[in-house]
Amino acid sequence: MINIDHLSKSFAAVQAVKDITLSVEQGEIFGIIGPDGAGKTTLFRMLTSLMLPDSGSASVAGLDVVKDYKRLRQAIGYMPGRFSLYQDLTVEENLGFFAAVFGTSIRENYDLIAPIYSQIEPFKARRAGALSGGMKQKLALCCALIHKPEVLFLDEPGTGVDPVSRKEFWDMLGNLRKQGLTMLVSTPYMDEAALCSRVALMQKGEIMAIDTPDGITKAFQMPLYAVRSDNMYQLIKDLRTLDGMADCYAFGEFAHLKMLDTATPADIATTRITDFLQAKNHRNVEIKTAAPTVEDCFIELMRN
Amino acid sequence: MTNDDNDDNTITMNNIITTDHLTKTFGKFTAVNAISFEVRKGEIFGFLGANGAGKTTALKMLTGLLMPTSGLAAVAGFDVRKNPDQVKRRIGYMSQKFSLYEDLTVRENIRLFGGIYGLKLAEIKSKTTDLLQKLQLEPEADKLVGSLPLGWKQKLAFSVALLHEPQIVFLDEPTSGVDPLTRRQFWELIYEAAAEGVTLMVTTHYMDEAEYCDRVSIMVDGKIEALDTPRAMKASFQATDMDEVFRKLARGE
Repeated sequence: MINIDHLSKSFAAVQAVKDITLSVEQGEIFGIIGPDGAGKTTLFRMLTSLMLPDSGSASVAGLDVVKDYKRLRQAIGYMPGRFSLYQDLTVEENLGFFAAVFGTSIRENYDLIAPIYSQIEPFKARRAGALSGGMKQKLALCCALIHKPEVLFLDEPGTGVDPVSRKEFWDMLGNLRKQGLTMLVSTPYMDEAALCSRVALMQKGEIMAIDTPDGITKAFQMPLYAVRSDNMYQLIKDLRTLDGMADCYAFGEFAHLKMLDTATPADIATTRITDFLQAKNHRNVEIKTAAPTVEDCFIELMRN
Repeated sequence: MTNDDNDDNTITMNNIITTDHLTKTFGKFTAVNAISFEVRKGEIFGFLGANGAGKTTALKMLTGLLMPTSGLAAVAGFDVRKNPDQVKRRIGYMSQKFSLYEDLTVRENIRLFGGIYGLKLAEIKSKTTDLLQKLQLEPEADKLVGSLPLGWKQKLAFSVALLHEPQIVFLDEPTSGVDPLTRRQFWELIYEAAAEGVTLMVTTHYMDEAEYCDRVSIMVDGKIEALDTPRAMKASFQATDMDEVFRKLARGE
């Protein structure tokens, strides 16, 4: 549904997107996971025909992003990262406007947006600028869907949104996927990778890995332990001096400790680490093996 | 991580923030509804809540930028209503929106903010050297701040917020959009500042970062609905992580 072939884009000395090749199948929620400055938005702008690539090519729904841009724009929906609806139009006026621009009406495609729009319909006479963050997001999603696109582009829909609203938003995307919509979503939140069918981990314009979320974490080879004690700051500093340590960083209530040696059984390694920490006067030491997450893999790929 | 075993008396003396029924209304809307809480000296305090829960309004009152409608708040020993200027002198503030001057160099920014906070030239000079060394920014000292990656900018902004040695620093979503590695380096700067006795009040939407705090509060609809150590909070909500606590509280799941 989306084919990207050696796509590149530079701004002056900065190569924002470097030779990216990937394809997205029909019905996927494909995640582009990476921090600010990774090149996600530049990639999205090229795929939505809002920016010309320097080199390489891309097609969406079988339409070339340069040559077929007019038809492409009918076939796609785009929800940009920054709220871009008309703040001084009401909820209903915004939706009606976007429907009209695409030559359709709210009624014609109401079924697709009904589960989402019904949540903001009680406020349809309110100006968009006066909506809460979560409601603005729902309206923006409705406006991007009103012409029944085949592919939906969502650029950082979760940024600056609290975890509860983020979860609700992902539930809505899950429902859209069941209706066969293909989606490309970008996010800096690593935990959202698990909600995608496949993900690309992106950093400094380049893709570091493409796989299913499971495939990404399976590629993490070294033993990983979760460790805690009463003084976490000191714990991390101490663990970094441990023989055989590959990496150590905070991870929620634990510190994640990556070890170089894959041969030592976990129980022996655990005992050695516990002894080491007790010798450093750490109290209430707790240690267990940890399953690597996408975030652990991202950190590993960044270090390489 | 600190001050956990102080008895009640010293806690009272060691409070750097005390609020009592702090309230702010805008017309008919009550943004902050009679919140009462304390933050201890040297603590990393996580200030959490959904969008629109009232966090930003509360922070603005605590930093002397917004007059409370009613109730009391004392920050670093001064009443925010009577002495907002004394409060501002003793606090640092770093917003999610990058607040240094992009078209000044790293060195120029440090000098400008040092000057604004009334540091002497000699002090600014020695602090500049220390800061550049600590952040390993010496090679970039004379580059424009606008040319630095986001993570470096955020680390620099935090260090600049510490220049005048404030007793407490308010950090409003400091790591939003920052990569996972730099996010952790940023938290190590927070830990380091706390180890030196600075109090830090942090808002974040990353729930793993809530775990890095000594204590956290969760605001829902203008009120503080929970305040405790992350561990105790998870235990009382029978939750495996802070994400679950947050969902249970903010949506009553």
